[in-house]
Amino acid sequence: MRLMSEEQTMIRDMAAGFLDEKAPVDALRKQRDSGGGYDRALMGEMADMGWFGMLLDEESGGVDMGAEAAGLVAEEMGRRLSASPFLSSGVMSAVVLRATGGADWAAKLASGEAVVAMAIDERVKHRPDAIATTAEKSGNGFVLNGAKRFVSDGAGADRVIVTAMTEDGLGLFLVDPGLEGVQSRALKTVDSRDAADLRFDNVQLDGAALLAMGDAAQEALDGALRVGRAVASAEMVGVSKEMAERTNAYLKERKQFGIALSNFQALQHRAADLYTQIQTTDAAVAAALRAIDEGSDDAELLSRVAKAKAGKTASLAVREALQMHGGIGMTDALDIGLFMKKARACAEYLGDGECHGDWLLRQRGL
Amino acid sequence: MTDLQEFRAETRAWLEENCPKEMRQPMSEADVCWGGRNWVFQSKAQEQWLERMAARGWTVPTWPEAYGGAGLSGDEDRVLKEEMARISARPPLQSFGIWMLGPALLEFGSEEQKRHYLPQIARGEVRWCQGYSEPGAGSDLASLQTKGVDCGEYFEVSGQKIWTSYADKADWIFCLVRTEPEAAKHKGISFLLFDMTSPGVSTSPIQLISGSSPFCETFFDSVKVPKDQIVGERGTGWTIAKYLLTHEREMIGATDSALFGSDDLVEVARDALGVDDQGRLDDPILRGRIADFLIDEIAFDAELARAKSWIRAGKQLGAESATLKYTGTELNKRRQELIMAAGGLAALEWDFADAAGDEKASLWLRSKGNSIEGGTSEVMLSILSKAALELG
Ligand SMILES: Cc1cc2nc3c(=O)[nH]c(=O)nc-3n(C[C@H](O)[C@H](O)[C@H](O)COP(=O)(O)OP(=O)(O)OC[C@H]3O[C@@H](n4cnc5c(N)ncnc54)[C@H](O)[C@@H]3O)c2cc1C
Repeated sequence: MRLMSEEQTMIRDMAAGFLDEKAPVDALRKQRDSGGGYDRALMGEMADMGWFGMLLDEESGGVDMGAEAAGLVAEEMGRRLSASPFLSSGVMSAVVLRATGGADWAAKLASGEAVVAMAIDERVKHRPDAIATTAEKSGNGFVLNGAKRFVSDGAGADRVIVTAMTEDGLGLFLVDPGLEGVQSRALKTVDSRDAADLRFDNVQLDGAALLAMGDAAQEALDGALRVGRAVASAEMVGVSKEMAERTNAYLKERKQFGIALSNFQALQHRAADLYTQIQTTDAAVAAALRAIDEGSDDAELLSRVAKAKAGKTASLAVREALQMHGGIGMTDALDIGLFMKKARACAEYLGDGECHGDWLLRQRGL
Repeated sequence: MTDLQEFRAETRAWLEENCPKEMRQPMSEADVCWGGRNWVFQSKAQEQWLERMAARGWTVPTWPEAYGGAGLSGDEDRVLKEEMARISARPPLQSFGIWMLGPALLEFGSEEQKRHYLPQIARGEVRWCQGYSEPGAGSDLASLQTKGVDCGEYFEVSGQKIWTSYADKADWIFCLVRTEPEAAKHKGISFLLFDMTSPGVSTSPIQLISGSSPFCETFFDSVKVPKDQIVGERGTGWTIAKYLLTHEREMIGATDSALFGSDDLVEVARDALGVDDQGRLDDPILRGRIADFLIDEIAFDAELARAKSWIRAGKQLGAESATLKYTGTELNKRRQELIMAAGGLAALEWDFADAAGDEKASLWLRSKGNSIEGGTSEVMLSILSKAALELG
């Protein structure tokens, strides 16, 4: 599937209009001051617009619009730091559930009735293949043991998709965090979003909890990571563009030495360099999203390149924004700090430049 | 079958039949066919390949047939390029005429000029050079002083150009000349075309740090240029010059060194440094720099592909050509630095007096000019900060 440019504009405008009203940066600030996380009622409204079903088919209550559409929404979210479990539940878990036939929970997350998080990481750096968590067969079901860290939107999740090793290789399990033996510790994070550490001590799972095993599980997980990376990258493009635009506006407005800062070439050139970086990143992210929708062989490579590049660019954008605003950039009252925190978290989550650069070089025999 | 599929099938068959074996190999700078009156073909195959492609209009596939092209659509042009790449077919002809003058003539030339000059470019009969820069006018190009005095039937051109690439090999020059000394800086320039064998033209090669001497000082001493060899109106040369520069910048930005058979960074690194027992390059810090570079390079490839699709859809890139120029040339400099670092001591073996042009050191040194020629990186950033960001 490929969106026409009018469709793209429509999705973008709709998202921008809605988020301007309901989830601007101030909403995140308020959420932070009242403990962080996201507003569940607002999530319901997003779901009503179809956002949580963009990657699901119609039988599961989805609208099946593809990764490109999700990327457009994510970019607008990035511009406003809109908080919701869109990426974890609406994108990544949706992709897993679609691939593994988890239609009932897919429908619940698409409607906004439920939040389904992904529990992948066990270390401080993203290594989705480093899994110490185990699921041992027991009767019809499994016994789950292990720990997952930094589960995004894990604290408020109704279900968590857990990666665990079984006798037959990788397994994906849909786990109710209310089960006996599950310990969930909500985390306060730099970006004020929902996150949790989860522990599993002899958690008894029934057979229905198993979503997929072996190659099928690996494929479903890879698919979710691929789309997740590309959509997270789009969110970072939103962060980068917003920071660059606000900075350019500030350069025109702020006067020193009797003239606007925008007259100083040292600043013009930094702003222009940032602009070129954002242009390149935007193209790379768009290529990744499209490759995913087209099922192209390059999708894996492009989604990793997009993630690495978008992380670097977002980091540059927030750093340049802060420096070029001077002292006021350091104040919490101005939003730059909030964007900086988001950029840091987003660059780390699902793998940074080193993670994907390492993959790339391995691919090329280095 | 769609028209495009049909075109692909025909193209593939024709290329199979007509592209000589010797022309299906990676090329170095020394293998480029530039054409021109004095061109000596390096092989029978090179000559045949140019003749056959030119006869089909495929040296300039998107130009109208009346001007020596094949009138291909953007999509057909892409298919042709893909099919050529599939068999590693070399470009049959490269030239400033194709990259720079042609697009400017198509936009600003008179019908007569198009019919006269463009087919000669397409067939590789006339080789052009670019007379823009002067000793006193580099980044501030519009301050150029070479003058063209109105003498009725002709302009009499006097002055000096510098850094004129291949001026000693070119047949004709497209040249910026001040014909309206009273007018404001940007309004007094005309875009003239003239023969480099005209009385009063002389050139003197300048050697580069990379060993070769591709560019020259070019002197004009009362050169008579007939009035019908002006493109556009008198005093509008700056507009034409800028339009041409956007094409030049696109081309420079899009040219990676692969065009000239530069070594693949990954291969150089693997061969020179080897891998550890985990299969990783045996130099973790350089490995990190290479990874960082490759991420940027692949991202830039996506940007180039996007720009090309815009061009195919009929969009003028305008200031965006500055983004491509800046990003592409800065990347190429990084690539060549990394190839030298990966090559280590072995990459130092190089003879200034006998440099072929495709050695690591030659390419490394030559790449430094990428962010100067066609407008410097600083000038690109200034253009973008004004045109795209409206700063200043
Ligand atoms: C390999 C090569 C091939 C070339 N081929 C041709 C050719 O075929 N025909 C032709 O006409 N020319 C050619 N040139 C010339 C090229 O276009 C000029 O060198 C270029 O425009 C810069 O001019 P300059 O050398 O006078 O440097 P200058 O303009 O003197 O610049 C010196 C330094 O100052 C910086 N600078 C200048 N102005 C500003 C400013 N306003 N703000 C900030 N920084 C500034 C520049 O970026 C540069 O770093 C070629 C150059 C090279 C290197």
